[in-house]
Amino acid sequence: MKQSEYITCRELIDFIADYLDGTLSPPMRAEFERHLGVCPSCVAYLDSYKKTISMGKMALARTDGPATGAVPEGLLRAIREARAKKD
Amino acid sequence: MAVENPESDSAEFEARLLTRLRAGEDAAFDELVRFAGGRMLAVARRMLGREEDAQDAVQDAFLSAFKSLDRFDGRSQLTTWLHRITVNACLMKLRSQRRRPEKAIEDFLPEYLEDGHQRKSSTPWKPLASGGIEIEETRALVRSKIEELPEQFRLVLILRDIEELDTEEAATVLGITPNAVKTRLHRARQALRGLLDPHFVEAES
Repeated sequence: MKQSEYITCRELIDFIADYLDGTLSPPMRAEFERHLGVCPSCVAYLDSYKKTISMGKMALARTDGPATGAVPEGLLRAIREARAKKD
Repeated sequence: MAVENPESDSAEFEARLLTRLRAGEDAAFDELVRFAGGRMLAVARRMLGREEDAQDAVQDAFLSAFKSLDRFDGRSQLTTWLHRITVNACLMKLRSQRRRPEKAIEDFLPEYLEDGHQRKSSTPWKPLASGGIEIEETRALVRSKIEELPEQFRLVLILRDIEELDTEEAATVLGITPNAVKTRLHRARQALRGLLDPHFVEAES
């Protein structure tokens, strides 16, 4: 993209992941932010995109700490038996 | 007084366990399963959904880990190595299963007018719930929407955003290019955003 061009909503949305990763070039980042300054729809899109990432993490995050619960005894037994068979 | 250092304690624990495993000590194998199995099961449940499939994948992962203990070089933590093996076992499981009918990802992506504007303007979302019943309902809703994503996109979302593999690692386990991982991740997030949108837009006043 040339630096002098204005980006469209479509282009802004295409670049959101790079924007959030901090990998946009400085002129592209400036243009991205200029667009946000004049486009409430893209501001709403960016905010909801960020919330989507947070909610995805929250929905599938471990709920019970790093140990994440016990291993069912049946599974432990099955693993022990399968290992014995392979030996 | 001795200063506790959980990281080195854990490294020492892993090193001792590894020595016993390599010596073929039966109790050490049980100990490894009890030590790492819960976390591996959580990964498998996130990737596969069904409990039975998750347990099968964890069993496969352990058997594959036992077989390659000699190849574990100790450069990463034992748990990190097992995490990778679990992800691979889950992917194998998914590849062996019959695919369910899926919608195309395009059905979930934003639509644009010819001039590049969104066909339907985006409107702000409510602030996220921070606790209580509402947060549990939200978690259940988001989980069900993640399930609706086409598999190749759902997997990238889980590997990158939930399991926190980096782009290169995700590309390696999936056998695709890093650029394909980036594109799929962005589309998966967009699709999930689109599925969640009707539930979270602020009511117009």
